[in-house]
Amino acid sequence: MERLQLHSQIKGVSTGTTILAVKFNGGVIIGSDSRASMGESYVSSKTINKLIQVHDRIFCCISGSLADAQAVTKMAKFQLSFHSIQMDSPPLVKAAASIMKELCYNNKEELQAGFITAGWDRKKGPQIYTVALGGMMLSQPFAIGGSGSTYIYGYVDAKFKPDMTLEEATQFSKNALALAMGRDNVSGGVVHLVVITEAGAKHVVVPGDKLPKFHNE
Amino acid sequence: MLNTSRKWQNPSGGFSFENTRRNAVLETSLSEKGYSAPKARKTGTTIAGIIFKDGVILGADTRATDDMVVADKNCMKIHYISPKIYCCGAGVAADAEVTTQMMSSNVELHSLSTGRPPLVVTVTRMLKQMLFRYQGHIGSSLIVGGVDVNGPQLYSVYPHGSYDKLPFLTMGSGAAAAVSVFEDRFKLNMELEEGKQLMRDAITAGIFCDLGSGSNVDLCVITEKGVDYLRGYDQPAQKEQKEGTYRYKPGTTAVLTETVTPLTLDLVEESVQVMDTK
Repeated sequence: MERLQLHSQIKGVSTGTTILAVKFNGGVIIGSDSRASMGESYVSSKTINKLIQVHDRIFCCISGSLADAQAVTKMAKFQLSFHSIQMDSPPLVKAAASIMKELCYNNKEELQAGFITAGWDRKKGPQIYTVALGGMMLSQPFAIGGSGSTYIYGYVDAKFKPDMTLEEATQFSKNALALAMGRDNVSGGVVHLVVITEAGAKHVVVPGDKLPKFHNE
Repeated sequence: MLNTSRKWQNPSGGFSFENTRRNAVLETSLSEKGYSAPKARKTGTTIAGIIFKDGVILGADTRATDDMVVADKNCMKIHYISPKIYCCGAGVAADAEVTTQMMSSNVELHSLSTGRPPLVVTVTRMLKQMLFRYQGHIGSSLIVGGVDVNGPQLYSVYPHGSYDKLPFLTMGSGAAAAVSVFEDRFKLNMELEEGKQLMRDAITAGIFCDLGSGSNVDLCVITEKGVDYLRGYDQPAQKEQKEGTYRYKPGTTAVLTETVTPLTLDLVEESVQVMDTK
């Protein structure tokens, strides 16, 4: 299988992805595609879920090397649940993002994975934090990541409005993901969406044929 | 779990991959002179697994290659982990063999400690934690399949430590050939015979369409009731009968000239040793 990997920068299976997170009125929507690739020409899985639940109302979107991302999120999930028991209250989204940032920054030589941590907590409501490759943590009203995100920077910059309703935010996410998956060869499959609010987290899968279509498709 | 969270310290015992950087430098300087470093023997394989109605079917070819020469025509790639859990190994032959043996021992100890039969997910987690710790230097890709209290399960583990849980999986150099058969004909909840036929066809596709795979098809059917290890289930690539004979009568080649040079030898010393031939 090495010959499938000749020119890839990422060792092993890569999530080669499009991930995004958007704040709306009352919560956060996060979304991703579902393709895992080895090199640029072999899809090793068509149905992986890149939205990992690290706590009841906190999710992490993964991008980069699949092995590194799975190891880091498993570690973060463990540390976060321990922290939550010690504090005797649900953890803050910033705490989850901090844990990811510590792991990424302290092991920056060995790891090749980036994350978007998003969720809802009692103190500050819906929040989104990007944790980049070297361990930078940044809070944003919306975030995109992965190899497919480069194709939709223009779209999200133009179309994002603060304080959208759930329907508007869902449509915005589906459009952005569909556009990225249409242009990036290592993003594809189905769209996974999770809506996180005070009430909890709801997971929706949008199959390929139900995605919005654009001109000449 | 905590063993993957500590900062990287060079391990005091066990595997050490410190020399990989030195080897990389040596390899480039050798290739400048025209030599090449020896390569580890790989299984160059087709392995696959599917979940059917009553359990799991694992399949593998039986060829082990050393670069372009077949080193073993009938090796076993489906390894025992526990009574109802088996593991197919692809990649570097030694790594796959030793990794699965280590897992089998550790899982036995774990199962004695918990007092319960082992879970497939336990084997997967132990494998992926070990492979991630060695950052891909242990070149083994594995498909773990078995039946436990949670029903039939199938996982694939990649050399860098990522894993996948799917109803059908293929790995190895012949993965692309085998997965195309599954993509066409796989259905959920197949019957046993249908499943065996599909697996046989997928491995055969790998045997014929991939140079690194060949010889026979091995199957392993694992259900609630037990394990059926079908070694040599099918031999699709039989050696053909030679069309003509290559024996020639003495005198076929004409002798043009003949020169005899006698070598005169003097007997210098003679000693006799009696052998006990009873």
